[in-house]
Amino acid sequence: MKQCLVVDDSSVIRKVARRILEDLQFQITEAEDGQQALDACRNSMPDAILLDWNMPVMDGLEFLTSLRREPGGEKPIVVFCTTENDVAHIARAIRAGANEYIMKPFDREIVEAKFQEVGLI
Amino acid sequence: MTPTEYEFLKRFLKERSGLVLSDDKQYLVESRLVPVARKNNIDTLSGLVMAMQRGGNAVLANAVVEAMTTNESFFFRDKTPFEHFNNIMLPAMLEKRASSRSVKIWCAAASTGQEPYSLGICLKEAAHKVAGWRFRILGTDLSSEVLEKAKAGIYSQFEVQRGLPIQMLLKYFAQQGDLWQINPDLRAMIEWRKLNLLENFSHLGEFDIVFCRNVLIYFDQQTKIDILQRIAKMMPEDGFLVLGAAETVVGLTDAFQPVAGQRGLYQLKQAAGASAAPRMAMASSFGLK
Repeated sequence: MKQCLVVDDSSVIRKVARRILEDLQFQITEAEDGQQALDACRNSMPDAILLDWNMPVMDGLEFLTSLRREPGGEKPIVVFCTTENDVAHIARAIRAGANEYIMKPFDREIVEAKFQEVGLI
Repeated sequence: MTPTEYEFLKRFLKERSGLVLSDDKQYLVESRLVPVARKNNIDTLSGLVMAMQRGGNAVLANAVVEAMTTNESFFFRDKTPFEHFNNIMLPAMLEKRASSRSVKIWCAAASTGQEPYSLGICLKEAAHKVAGWRFRILGTDLSSEVLEKAKAGIYSQFEVQRGLPIQMLLKYFAQQGDLWQINPDLRAMIEWRKLNLLENFSHLGEFDIVFCRNVLIYFDQQTKIDILQRIAKMMPEDGFLVLGAAETVVGLTDAFQPVAGQRGLYQLKQAAGASAAPRMAMASSFGLK
């Protein structure tokens, strides 16, 4: 079973994402901000990370930049999932090493399509 | 809606568009036609049927046909046909049309345009191979409403997130608020025309590649046969036909035969055995995987 780390400061979003991803046969761990996510990755690198942008303590972009510098940090496939829906943000995320990008609001079909896109399912 | 009214709609749609509605599609009729009724200030579906029976309202009749025959579409739908395009059809055409450097593609049920644009993106991505070539893509659909949308090339955030990799979105679209529009050079690659597949379409000319996906499923057996045979007449013997995942020519016509091992891909019968190029192209596509 593939591991997916869901990083979002909203418990509602984490719950929705967990439900969708569990149906797609992922084992889910959760983090509420970038720092928690980084700690979780240092403990065990997941196969996939669904990543919010705006979060307290450490935001998604900062987390991603740090992650990609960690040993083994190039491995997880990172899918941003954020309300930052403009070209400039998307381009920054891709440059920082994001593999895909979901613009909120999202639904099951979009998550599935994007995870297929990057070969996770 | 009474059974008599449903029967009327079934008969009307069969005659006008070839659409075959089974008896269990009342929910579909309701979900598609209630908005049409409202738009025309009619309260109920019974009222809509009555207005149609009175006749004389061509606009309303068209709106009903369009609402019932419009289908959901998304970019790179089902993926495989586009892999076939990149790995089999395009290499075969680049070899066989080397003298004319001209290839014509027809998307026979283009709907809101995602399929022709996806093919356009494939060609853009293969720009180094097709430089100096002329690719014409024609997108046709029964519905002028969906063709307007296709032509504008403007899609919602939901639509651009199904099937389209984010890199392609950045590369081939411009953002307009919450909407995304296909770039002008990609839009210019496609020609759009309103066309009912039940009517004669031989005037469109010859096509090397025909995408006719997810439309035959709505027709009865005889109509499917008729359309496939008329398409066959418009194709050179080394042309390709692409059908939807749930469609086949098997049991319908001898004009086409499946390309072995390539789901949904067909060639004219005399060509498939004789032509070496598609086989070579297939071998190389296997090699890539």
